[in-house]
Amino acid sequence: MKTRSLALLFVFGLVVIAGGLLLPQWMSYLFTIAMGKGLVVLGLVLLMRAGLVSFGQGLYYCVGAYVAGMLTQFVGVTDILVIMLASVAVSVAIAAIIGLLLCRYREIFFAMFSMAFSMILYGLLVRNQFLGSTDGFNVANPSLLGWTPGAEASSDLVLIVAVFLVIVLGAVAWRYLKSLSGYAGEAVRENEIRLEYLGGSVFRVVYVKYIIAAGLAAIGGTITALVSGHVDPEMAYWTTSGEFVFIALMGGTAHVAAPIVAAVLFEALRTYAFAVSPYTWQMILGFALLAIILFMPSGLWSLVERFQNKKARKTS
Amino acid sequence: MKRPLLTAATVACAMTTGAMSLNVYANEEYKLGLVTFLSGAASGPFGIPAKNAADLVIDAINDGTLPAPIEGKGIDGRMITPVYVDEAGGATKQTSEFRNLVERDGVDAVVGYISSGDCLAIPAVAEELKMLTVLFDCGTPRVFEEADYEYVFRTHSTASMDNIAAARYVHENVPNLESVAGINQNYSWGHDSWRDFTETLKVLRGGDIEITTEQFPKLFAGQYGAEISALQVNSADVIHTSFWGGDTDAFVLQAAARGLLADNQVIFTAGETALNSLGEHLPDGAIIGARGPFGPFAPESELNTWFQTEFTERFGTPPTFPAYHMAHALIGLKLAQDKAGVGASTEEVITAFEGLEFDGPGGRVEMSRGKGHQAATEMVYGRLKRVDGEITFTDITRYPADCVNPPEGAETVEWIKAGMPGAECN
Amino acid sequence: MKQLLAILVDGSVYASWLFIISAGLTLIYGVMRILNMSHGSFYALGAYSGAAMVGWYFSTGSVPWFSFVALIAAALVAGISVGLLVERGLLRFMYGRDEVVMILVTYGVLLIMEDAIKLIWGVEPYFAYQPYTLLGRTKFAGLSFANYDFMLIGVSILIGLALWYGLNRTRNGKLLRVVIHDREIASALGINVARIFTITFLIGAGIGSLAGALTAPGLSVVPGMGIEVIVLAFAVVVIGGLGSITGALVGALIVGMSRAAAVHLYPDVELFVIYAVMGLVLAFRPQGLFAVANARKI
Repeated sequence: MKTRSLALLFVFGLVVIAGGLLLPQWMSYLFTIAMGKGLVVLGLVLLMRAGLVSFGQGLYYCVGAYVAGMLTQFVGVTDILVIMLASVAVSVAIAAIIGLLLCRYREIFFAMFSMAFSMILYGLLVRNQFLGSTDGFNVANPSLLGWTPGAEASSDLVLIVAVFLVIVLGAVAWRYLKSLSGYAGEAVRENEIRLEYLGGSVFRVVYVKYIIAAGLAAIGGTITALVSGHVDPEMAYWTTSGEFVFIALMGGTAHVAAPIVAAVLFEALRTYAFAVSPYTWQMILGFALLAIILFMPSGLWSLVERFQNKKARKTS
Repeated sequence: MKRPLLTAATVACAMTTGAMSLNVYANEEYKLGLVTFLSGAASGPFGIPAKNAADLVIDAINDGTLPAPIEGKGIDGRMITPVYVDEAGGATKQTSEFRNLVERDGVDAVVGYISSGDCLAIPAVAEELKMLTVLFDCGTPRVFEEADYEYVFRTHSTASMDNIAAARYVHENVPNLESVAGINQNYSWGHDSWRDFTETLKVLRGGDIEITTEQFPKLFAGQYGAEISALQVNSADVIHTSFWGGDTDAFVLQAAARGLLADNQVIFTAGETALNSLGEHLPDGAIIGARGPFGPFAPESELNTWFQTEFTERFGTPPTFPAYHMAHALIGLKLAQDKAGVGASTEEVITAFEGLEFDGPGGRVEMSRGKGHQAATEMVYGRLKRVDGEITFTDITRYPADCVNPPEGAETVEWIKAGMPGAECN
Repeated sequence: MKQLLAILVDGSVYASWLFIISAGLTLIYGVMRILNMSHGSFYALGAYSGAAMVGWYFSTGSVPWFSFVALIAAALVAGISVGLLVERGLLRFMYGRDEVVMILVTYGVLLIMEDAIKLIWGVEPYFAYQPYTLLGRTKFAGLSFANYDFMLIGVSILIGLALWYGLNRTRNGKLLRVVIHDREIASALGINVARIFTITFLIGAGIGSLAGALTAPGLSVVPGMGIEVIVLAFAVVVIGGLGSITGALVGALIVGMSRAAAVHLYPDVELFVIYAVMGLVLAFRPQGLFAVANARKI
């Protein structure tokens, strides 16, 4: 059973990559960005399952992007794997420190406090002339294990790596949620004191999830930086983090695939809103958001579940 | 477990492929992507005046009614169809919208970008997609200093020019100048402007200048009470500000109400946009710049008279510098296309555009920097003076392009620090 | 000395502005547990309607001082009617949802209102500077200050007093406090919680739009102005303790004074000062300075 799902997943990944490469470039670009954002939101969803909503994932998204940018532009390291590892390492190190402070907080305080940290990074970057202040700087094209694709093929490389990462990390996250430590998240959300009585450490559960989320956000930021070829402090601004929460809510927290699918839909929705009505695209997004909250309280994934339940009933 | 995933993916794919149907392309039209701020704080002072100018100039080009020497209907006979995109959302989103314009909407060229961040991010994509792109309003000198681009042009000078000229102006026109203070927005534009201004002033005065305070309030802060007090406490002979749009308005209102503008000499490097709305609050003697020879500083010409009259008639306010910037970008693009001839390839148009010299409503534009891709123009400052309630300017000084723009190949900050070698101010 | 005086005056002016923009936010959160992201839009709405009204008023050539009344009345009418629409038309269907979901609901309202404002008033800046310049300025110790700013301090004290009196000394205010303390018990006691919610939201929206109207004369009213104040108001409210009016007052004072001090002494850190203060306060008082204690469920 397990090998079959893995094989299916593998085939699915190949299909997505092939599809992504065949799409016109502007679409595959959007798709890659969506993959990056999807990973950030995946981390956010892990936290949300533990009842914590971070309005500051932009912090790690931005750190990941800047590490990628700095490595390619100032150090001359372009290998996508090295960049990924470095981004994750830096983000995890920062998260390990901030997490010590942040993981004591819950609910709105967690949200606001995490936002404050990302705004501090924003402020630091704006003050930094060397890193281009608010203008940011350009990111060089990545390479893979010594192979340097040209300007056109490099976005394909990022796309392939992004889809690969989404599938692998998605599968790992799925396994993680089925593990003891994964279920501990729900326990934190439902009742922290009971979890403590049972011998679990609430702090550790939250801390670990926070760090995982930071690592995922860094990968998302790196993907975005490499495919868009530019980084700026806007990535740490609170509206960016707000967008991640928007996507998370759109997809729902029921399944690890939900945030990825939601990210794709969100990018599609936004780019259409932009094209269809350049003056009132915000309004379209606003109504979409309200509609989802009103009619699909557990996100778009509830549609899939409804469909699944119907089928289950039919077969039984 | 896999099936719902597939279902969802199918839905997503169906959504995205719906896009294909938007792909309409006709050969008789010249599709032009126009990117300016249509929402947010930069839309009022920059985005919309620029869009208005684009509407006006595009109509005139299509009807062939632009004054001589610009002739012919449309761009080599093709009617321009604008495709507007909102510039809001930051560089990542803009690179994605740029791709949409090129690949989904199939535009022939893109004119746009007010934010410097976007101007730095877009050129790399423009090169990749081989799309002729004219940057029309952003100020950062970094675009052509950090890299060479083939497909990207900028038809106005960098913001460094504004501040180099500002330093020259106060050096020459403010008697007993000993100290300066600055209030600039806390982002690249503000930092760069203040740096270029003070560095130039140091060079001009051999280091003999005191900086009493440098304030960097947050962009769009709107409340400048504390900063104004700080400027009053640390009083200086000249206060420099590169504020724009709503921030200029708020600063002018609050500073005027507290007497700062009457008691101090202030230089507004981009203050021209506030003239129409808040002119009555600006005291006589305030030094105003328009980021080039635009608005009240535009040299007299048939084209400028046409632009001023038509714009004022159609939109109710006189054109400000973003409108001039847009007009220059469009006229430059048309002239390059005309020069290249009917049916010219993008590469031929680029060759025609490189090093082009033309006259827009705001005077002469020489594409003489950045290997022929970056314009240099003259810069003008003047002191406001009211005559019978009408705003006029005295002490107008025009600085030739080669006086206030670094020469070809020079990096702005290094050039200033080296003492501005080769500057020709006659 | 001069600098100290400047810091104190600037700090108080800024603090009173902060208090006006955050009072409505904290009131709504205290009673309804909704962190209202659209508060900034109500601020913008007030600024636009106030500025449009003042512009029109002066075009009629009537007595100048009456423009204050026009400014405030226009903002209150606009704020309360749109508030009613949002609360009755949308929010009441959402009560009982998770707090974070409510943030996103109000975020949706914000997105819609931003564009709605743009559709009504366009993107051209609006001005209402007459009331600002009308009051003149005061000079002392070599510094001059706008009298309008002093009036702002007065107004914020009035709003603070009115809220305090309303909450502590009136019957309705006491009912409101019951709801703040425990919503379920309150409704079990027969208090009409739904009505209290509506009224609270209207007061909050009204104060938010009043804040915009009072700010409008000192600047140009432009799109996006609401977005800028939300984060500031949030920070103030979080420092003071969500839901506490006293907290908002103290939070505003702390932020106002520290920002003024930063501007005068270390202009470089101005951008971080608010977050630094927030971090410092929350590190020692995780729920903010004056938070209402929350019982943990077991």
